[in-house]
Amino acid sequence: MSLWKYANPVKFLALSARVQPFAWAAAAVGIVVGLGWGFFLTPDDFRQGSTVKIIYIHVPSAWIAINAWIMMLIASLIWLVRRHHVSALAARAAAPVGLVMTVIGLLTGAIWGQPMWGTWWAWDPRLTSFLILFLFYLGYIALWEAVEDPDTAADLTSILCLVGSVFALMSRYAVLFWSQGLHQGATLSLDKEENISDVFWQPLVLSIAGFSLLFIALVLYRTGTEIALRRTRALQTRIERGA
Amino acid sequence: MPDLGKYATEVLGAYGVTLALMAVLLVLTLRRGRRARAALRQVEQEAQSHAED
Repeated sequence: MSLWKYANPVKFLALSARVQPFAWAAAAVGIVVGLGWGFFLTPDDFRQGSTVKIIYIHVPSAWIAINAWIMMLIASLIWLVRRHHVSALAARAAAPVGLVMTVIGLLTGAIWGQPMWGTWWAWDPRLTSFLILFLFYLGYIALWEAVEDPDTAADLTSILCLVGSVFALMSRYAVLFWSQGLHQGATLSLDKEENISDVFWQPLVLSIAGFSLLFIALVLYRTGTEIALRRTRALQTRIERGA
Repeated sequence: MPDLGKYATEVLGAYGVTLALMAVLLVLTLRRGRRARAALRQVEQEAQSHAED
């Protein structure tokens, strides 16, 4: 079985229709249980008080914001190398989801930062690269809308995606090579000493899983929408030429 | 409802903003998807009737 057979829109849509019910249901369970557990059943942090509960929305949204761009990068590379239209449309479909998650990450970070750091915003390496990632999302979506020819739009947005990947990766890894900045290090780590306590970790992992499944469900559905729009335009052109 | 103490506004505000933005994303996604699929069905019918003529 080859993964490339899903470059065929009909096969992709058939697989998507089979996967989506499970993805939507699992996402709902993950988010409701993860956020409910984190909000209602976990204790306050001894230093951060109840603001620690923001972690269950801030970390998953930031996780999706960064990984959505990585997914778009992979899909863009597939488009540039193999010219599979479904991959270009999947990248386009993911961008608004990534944008909303980036906005959530920025807003919840500011709301959390104000009482803990005494400021809504700091020009910290991680925060700044995350803000630049937000601007790249805006530029990427605007470029898709601005270019009329879909193949040219896919080429240009793919190149923009390659450039923006630097900032997506920097948002994730800036803390490892820049010591200055207000933002803490990794929340989740394989290092027991660095990782957060189990009482916070378990609902957080569930919440991240829920957000990830929601991202998958949304991208599958939205890619189906993009395929439908593309096919509608192609059929309309054919009808006009035939008339 | 847990006692959120002096940070209640911040915590509830963060959750409120998140849930509102996610709801908007979901509604816009489903609305655009339904419209696109309905338009495709209509154009497919037109294309079929053109082919039969």
